[in-house]
Amino acid sequence: MSQHLLSLAIWVPIAAGLLVLGLSRDQDAPAARWLALVGAVAGFAVTIPLYTRFAIGTAEMQFVETLEWIPRFNVNYLLGVDGISVLFILLNSFITVLAVWAGWVVIERRVAQYMAAFLIQSGLINGVFSALDGVLFYVFFESMLIPMYLIIGIWGGPNRVYAALKFFLYTFLGSVLMLVALIYLYTVSGGSFSILEWYQLPLSLKTQVLLFVAFFVAFAVKVPMWPVHTWLPDAHVEAPTGGSVVLAAITLKVGAYGFVRFILPILPDASRYLAGFVITLSLIAVVYIGFVALVQPDMKKLIAYSSISHMGFVTLGFFLFSQMGVEGGLVQMISHGFVSAALFLCVGVLYDRMHSRSIGDYGGVVNTMPKFAAFAMLFAMANAALPGTSGFVGEFMVILAAIKSSFWLGFLAATIMVLGASYTLWMYKRVWFGAVANDRVAKLSDLSRREFWLLAAVALAVLAMGLYPKPFTDVMHASVSELLSNVAKSKQ
Amino acid sequence: MTPRGLSFEFWPALPEMALLVAACLVLIVDLFLSDSRRAWSYWLAQLGVLAAAWIQLRSFQELPVRALGGMFVADEMAYVLKLFSYVCVSLMLFYSRDYLVARRLFRGEIFVLALTSLLGITVMISASSFVTLYLGLELMSLSLYAMVALQREASRAVEAAMKYFVLGALASGLLLYGMSMVYGATGTLDIAGSAAVMARGGANTTIVVFGLVFIVSAIAFKLGAVPYHMWVPDVYEGAPTAVTLFIGTAPKLAAFAVAMRLLVGSLSAFAFDWQGMLLILSLLSMILGNVIAIAQSNIKRMLAYSTIAHMGFMLMGFLTANTEGYSAAMFYTVTYVLTAAVAFGIVLLLSREGFEAEQLDDFKGLNQKSPWYAFLMLIAMFSLAGVPPTVGFYAKFSVIAAAVEVGLVWLAVVAVATSLVGAFYYLRVVKLMYFDEPVDRTPVEARVDTRILLSANGLALLLLGVFPQWLMGLCVIALARSY
Repeated sequence: MSQHLLSLAIWVPIAAGLLVLGLSRDQDAPAARWLALVGAVAGFAVTIPLYTRFAIGTAEMQFVETLEWIPRFNVNYLLGVDGISVLFILLNSFITVLAVWAGWVVIERRVAQYMAAFLIQSGLINGVFSALDGVLFYVFFESMLIPMYLIIGIWGGPNRVYAALKFFLYTFLGSVLMLVALIYLYTVSGGSFSILEWYQLPLSLKTQVLLFVAFFVAFAVKVPMWPVHTWLPDAHVEAPTGGSVVLAAITLKVGAYGFVRFILPILPDASRYLAGFVITLSLIAVVYIGFVALVQPDMKKLIAYSSISHMGFVTLGFFLFSQMGVEGGLVQMISHGFVSAALFLCVGVLYDRMHSRSIGDYGGVVNTMPKFAAFAMLFAMANAALPGTSGFVGEFMVILAAIKSSFWLGFLAATIMVLGASYTLWMYKRVWFGAVANDRVAKLSDLSRREFWLLAAVALAVLAMGLYPKPFTDVMHASVSELLSNVAKSKQ
Repeated sequence: MTPRGLSFEFWPALPEMALLVAACLVLIVDLFLSDSRRAWSYWLAQLGVLAAAWIQLRSFQELPVRALGGMFVADEMAYVLKLFSYVCVSLMLFYSRDYLVARRLFRGEIFVLALTSLLGITVMISASSFVTLYLGLELMSLSLYAMVALQREASRAVEAAMKYFVLGALASGLLLYGMSMVYGATGTLDIAGSAAVMARGGANTTIVVFGLVFIVSAIAFKLGAVPYHMWVPDVYEGAPTAVTLFIGTAPKLAAFAVAMRLLVGSLSAFAFDWQGMLLILSLLSMILGNVIAIAQSNIKRMLAYSTIAHMGFMLMGFLTANTEGYSAAMFYTVTYVLTAAVAFGIVLLLSREGFEAEQLDDFKGLNQKSPWYAFLMLIAMFSLAGVPPTVGFYAKFSVIAAAVEVGLVWLAVVAVATSLVGAFYYLRVVKLMYFDEPVDRTPVEARVDTRILLSANGLALLLLGVFPQWLMGLCVIALARSY
């Protein structure tokens, strides 16, 4: 089995999702829920050996699988993971379990379709992280839009149609240009879609810059970077809790992952040439979007803007081209996966009870929901990058790397610490602390068992990563060094 | 080459003969049937198509071969395209049965016309002389005009038929004129023979290019490419949906074959000239088709403009003037036809007695009424939009790859930009089906055979999307052996 681990990671959730679809009658809803949970857990279980059997200290692709797929274009079903991608497969499969669980009682309409959408999406995202063939990557990258489009559109809030369409068209816009770029690379490489072969492909700076633009649009929309971020707040606000969780925790990472899988190693000269541009955009995201987050009256919107700001940090780390910076960016991605998922789950807990996301409707929640307040405090602190939580590790590494390259860069980057703390803690103060704001808050009941364990699972991950990040970073070292040596080499 | 002597072997044309016999049989048998037993002529027509397909399948070994004094050619390309034409027409008959019954169109005429039209299509596909080609074209077109007008009491259908007829006749005239120019310059009606004369440099360039313009115009008309697209929306909207399904599928395969026979088979020496013309047609079709489709509230009109855009995409593969491009264009046409069959099939299913489901709003909440049909339509829409894992993606992928390979990167960029516009209106259908509440709750009902075939047709789009090599390879082989 071990040589098919990646295939299992992709196809187990998809197969489970298709099975769940079979239970689409209303009276089958409980069965659909359980089957979905079993499928999600199984999907997570098959990814665990990817970590335990992962050979640390080599940058080679591992668990490689090759199958001829479309000989006409020399497209192969080529899978493999290195230290950069392996963790995201685990993260995704873990988050899927949470997302399925989070929709357990909340979703009442068309349960089977809801659960199936998450499972299928989970498999497709695993495919994105493990594909080493350009077309295969693109197929997964695009098809994962369909489930999310449906999740937002069917189970979302009042303005869901607009948000779903905006989400789809924005990301589609980015990716179609990438398709042309992929085909162009296929042509100039003499007929190969293998991403690893493209790493060695000589390209002139002018070509690299044009390809950079095509890839950059695709991934920047997905990250999302300022100024193409506007779809994210809409999508987050309208999506159901599970959708927001997956969106923030995973799909944003796909964009950042594209940077390290495609842009940096395939287009090293253009990356260095345009690093200043990307760093500027990243800093704008960090600082400006940080301020925007500060004034949001809606909790989901606030967390959405906070996500953009944090993701700006990731791209900043990547384009510093140092071991510390890239690793910091990757750690930040994983940490943000946990923290943003947790925050959206928290908002979900409140929304299920009060049907409001507006900060003004709350106040003094700690009095009625003490257990919940404790969890929320931990996640708020993690979002503000308190040492000891996962949020600190990545941000600290990136800031260190930034200061090494230039003091002012580091200075601006470090404002995220201040801004992040301000908007998160200010929100925390207004929602949880103070006197009980109104009758509805006074009637709130504390966490149910399901919610408790849901949050506890993420809390554990946040703390573990904050206190002992070594298991996470050890996996990355070799691959990141290899990546940086690729970036350092000129391909002109 | 010029026809070798007068060899009248006819067996390569056996499928066509089977169709002709079936058409005549239906015509006669239908006379003696009462209304309650119309199903006999229906099944007879189906049997005719099946027989033609069966004969076709049996005759694969000895290709390519020319017959009937060199007027008729059976090669691999014709083989593949004809098989798909049979499939399309058979599917159309299956899907539209209830629809036709409800509108009192379930009569011998439509079966006969479908068969003769199919016969015209196969003759066109297999034409190896200008005369055969024109014959097939006229046979197909005249049958189609009549089919559109079959719903006599509907003024819209008659208007559409009139428009179709007048413009179609004009296009036929253009084609005839163009072909006569080529004949005048080369002195032969044989397609391959004319190519040989041009390759020798024995043809007057001015005359040929003059004729070429007319030929390209006629082909563009048949494909529905901008600026020869005016008839498409009106005919699609005005015709009974069953006929729209017919027009939207098999004739596209024939139009592709005509383009291959004339532009590649005969005028390949002037590829440089027609490349430029096709480039403009392709560009305009993609842009105009996709943009105007947004404004439509009638699904048949929307799909009509979508056809226009898709033909633009197909031409993008074609205009590269190399085998990769042709095979990509062929793959594109075949997948488009399969997808359109699903989309129109669903439109047909939603129509009931006295109710045409042609407004986009009629799709509201379909997921709650009939989730399976909504799912099939979802696949069809994403396939038309070119989103993986549906087969439509690989079709777009192939033609874009063909364009990039000859250095037309800018055209590829324009193409993907217009496909983004296209995604908007396809998604709107998905939105209506999945996000909106239904107006009424009556579930969609269909005959068992329709249900099975439509499901198979829809799932094929997905299956071919996961394993596209089979069909892609088929198109490559067919074209490589034929040209």
